[in-house]
Amino acid sequence: MSYTVKNLNEGDRELIAFRIGDQEFCVNIMSVREIRGWTPATAMPHSPGYMLGVINLRGAVLPIIDLAARLGMKPADPTARHVIIVAQVRRKVVGLLVDAVSDILTVTDETIQPTPEISSELERQFARGILAIEKRMICLIELESLFPETESEAA
Amino acid sequence: MDMNEIKEIFFQECEEQLAELESGLLKMNDGDRDPETVNAVFRAVHSIKGGAGAFGLDDLVAFAHVFETTLDCVRSNKLEPNQDVLKVMLKSADVLADLTNAARDGGSVDESRSRGLVKELEALANGELPSPSASSEAPAPKAAAKAAPAAPAPTPKPTDDSGFQPVPFSFDDFGGEGDAGGMPAYEVIFKPRYELYSKGNDATLLLRDLSRLGEMTIYCNTDELPGLEELDPEGAYFFWNVTIKTDKGEDAIRTVFEFAEWDCELTVKPVEEARADATSNDELPMVPVPFDLSILDETGATEEVSASDARAEETAAAVAAAETASNVTQMAAAAARVEKKESAAAAAAAASAAAQNNAAGAGQTIRVDLDRVDRLINLVGELVINQAMLSQSVIENDTTGTSSINMGLEELQQLTREIQDSVMAIRAQPVKPVFQRMSRIVREIADMTGKSIRLITEGENTEVDKTVIDKLAEPLTHMIRNAVDHGIETPEKRAAAGKNTEGTVRLTAKHRSGRILIELADDGAGINREKVRQKAIDNDLIPADANLSDEEIDNLIFLPGFSTADKISDISGRGVGMDVVKRSIQALGGRINITSKPGHGSVFTMSLPLTLAVLDGMVVTVAGQTLVVPLTAIVETLQPEAAAIHSFGANHRLISIRNSFCPLVDVGRILNFRATQANPVEGVALLVESEGGGQRALMVDAIQGQRQVVIKSLEANYTHVPGIAAATILGDGRVALILDVDAVVGASRGQSLKAEMSLAAVG
Repeated sequence: MSYTVKNLNEGDRELIAFRIGDQEFCVNIMSVREIRGWTPATAMPHSPGYMLGVINLRGAVLPIIDLAARLGMKPADPTARHVIIVAQVRRKVVGLLVDAVSDILTVTDETIQPTPEISSELERQFARGILAIEKRMICLIELESLFPETESEAA
Repeated sequence: MDMNEIKEIFFQECEEQLAELESGLLKMNDGDRDPETVNAVFRAVHSIKGGAGAFGLDDLVAFAHVFETTLDCVRSNKLEPNQDVLKVMLKSADVLADLTNAARDGGSVDESRSRGLVKELEALANGELPSPSASSEAPAPKAAAKAAPAAPAPTPKPTDDSGFQPVPFSFDDFGGEGDAGGMPAYEVIFKPRYELYSKGNDATLLLRDLSRLGEMTIYCNTDELPGLEELDPEGAYFFWNVTIKTDKGEDAIRTVFEFAEWDCELTVKPVEEARADATSNDELPMVPVPFDLSILDETGATEEVSASDARAEETAAAVAAAETASNVTQMAAAAARVEKKESAAAAAAAASAAAQNNAAGAGQTIRVDLDRVDRLINLVGELVINQAMLSQSVIENDTTGTSSINMGLEELQQLTREIQDSVMAIRAQPVKPVFQRMSRIVREIADMTGKSIRLITEGENTEVDKTVIDKLAEPLTHMIRNAVDHGIETPEKRAAAGKNTEGTVRLTAKHRSGRILIELADDGAGINREKVRQKAIDNDLIPADANLSDEEIDNLIFLPGFSTADKISDISGRGVGMDVVKRSIQALGGRINITSKPGHGSVFTMSLPLTLAVLDGMVVTVAGQTLVVPLTAIVETLQPEAAAIHSFGANHRLISIRNSFCPLVDVGRILNFRATQANPVEGVALLVESEGGGQRALMVDAIQGQRQVVIKSLEANYTHVPGIAAATILGDGRVALILDVDAVVGASRGQSLKAEMSLAAVG
């Protein structure tokens, strides 16, 4: 994952941090297309629990995923205060429902600590490391691993 | 424009030429002996060869050349284009298409096949043609004759490499033609037409190439040069009489003019014959104008010299050139007139180009990148949605409906609808290319199976959205294969049954009530219902004692698992069955049906939407969700009465409609929108017709109305959802799902549709 932005040094990355419940997560900013408010979604039949439905994003049908539920936490009860992070995952665009966007971080690879050994398969599947920033712990997640290529079968 | 772009254009043109070639050959196959058809066929091969030469596609050139040689024999009436000859030619057209594809996409072609065809083509050409090359077995002399003058490439293409490989040959091969003593002389009359120059050819260059063949004397005939007041500055008035002594043969001379031959009159005669002609023919008095051959020699000087001498005299277009050319000094005086004439000439050129297009039946077209069209269509789709949203909010705020805003909106609505229709029309294409591909498939399978089959296509100019066409090819190929492989009997059996030994497959396309109807009919044996039924019982698809109508038995072949899995032949679906065909047709929003008469053949009927982008739907509410049901699926809607509902078994209910019972399907339950079945009396039943016959009553809560919706893909960002065909965006800006009626009905049917089993399991 190498990219260069003018004021970024080699090895720096920009991440976007967001809150779900009392935990903080972050994803690579390059995969984020836009951030928008919650609008009611049209429910999809036979979809997994974390799939909230689809919304109209300027003419495109955008699936909305409750990231909390996807990460195995308590499913969100979406309100107008919730935020949808529109992100590009491989060739698809998905909306991730989170509580709030908290920060944009510029970090170097060295500041990313390896994920501690934990038993949960789920966390190990998506966590790519953790960051300690201002006494906060932010978990770096990889969107690609959240939505495996075989999503259609999983759904 | 780089080379690759030019190459891409070449391949696009190749596709057109190949289509032209095939349709021409098929016309000839049907007994068309119009010389123009033969010419069109010849031109197609010739253009491919020419272009391929410019790009150094040697395989393509080599094959096209042999093909062209044989076609030339047909053109010059030396070879009778009977059925056998045309069979070889059609196959050659297929190979030519393969070679073109291989040249574009890489990959290889079946070399043994092309080699075999080269032999057949040569045999055809040699068998009937006492040409210089007739005495030899190999095509070497002809190829060599072409190769020799090809190096300077008398083509307008900016390259000298025309891809010909010189092949060593012996003069002995020429037999009688090769004069043992001196070299034979030829009289060449070269009379360019206006088009020659307008296509960038140059008489000087052609003559220079000719001079390389041997010793020649040249006279320029200026008889037809009109007075200045009548002179078209870009016209062609001169012609040349050339006497050339060469040992390379008449073919070599003609090869020089290969790329110009459509645009000039060319007579090549051995000199004795020509002399005899000349004496008997007084209307062509030679008024020799001394023509300095030396100007033809040096390439460096040619540009200038040709401008002043040959070309400028001919075209007299450039005033600057006129100043430098001593023999056209009068031109300067007429300069003003020239300019006037130029515009006239340009108009004439445009007119003649248009005429040519019309002659080819093509009309004026432009090539547009498909992405651009799609983008436009998407934007128009957005416009329609936006307009609907706007109307809705206006209506909410203004109930009187008489304000000028309302009137304006109505006009806007009409406009957007019209724009949408026009944009959709851009994507509409005739089904011809797909149909043409089918004729090739029929040929190949007929060959493999030893059956004799005639494919008749009708309505190939029926237009339908490009995406539909693209997706049509695969299921159609399957069905054609099935029809030829399983449908049509062997000639012996047909003869025994008292039928024409040649089987007929008829492929028809027509518009029918906003959809396209494609029919594939064969006059084969029809479906063996006993066998089909037995197979279905063996494969556990139906119970052994099932009571099925003929139609139901026929439609069994569409069930998955009906065809056995042993992939013996690659001809037709032993591995992939008709269920795949049905599924791909359904994925297109289409329906497929079969009717069969034992002994008389089967008819497959496919009904497809004209476009995949919009759909007429009924907007309904189910368990608080808004759904769209495709209008084409709905037979009628009704308000069920309590008395009409009958429980059937533990979970099923039937509704009686005019004394027949129809299973009731709760859409909300099937889609898992609610846990328990709704009370039918509180809702509305949509009577739908599903594939494979049989009606179902779909229960929904309420009907909101009818409207045309723009189809949005769910798969683009999400995934296929069982029971849901696609999504759309309604006037309020929210997404609504479009119901996949067949899948829902299938799921309600339970056991038979495996594909939908997952749906039933989840539900």
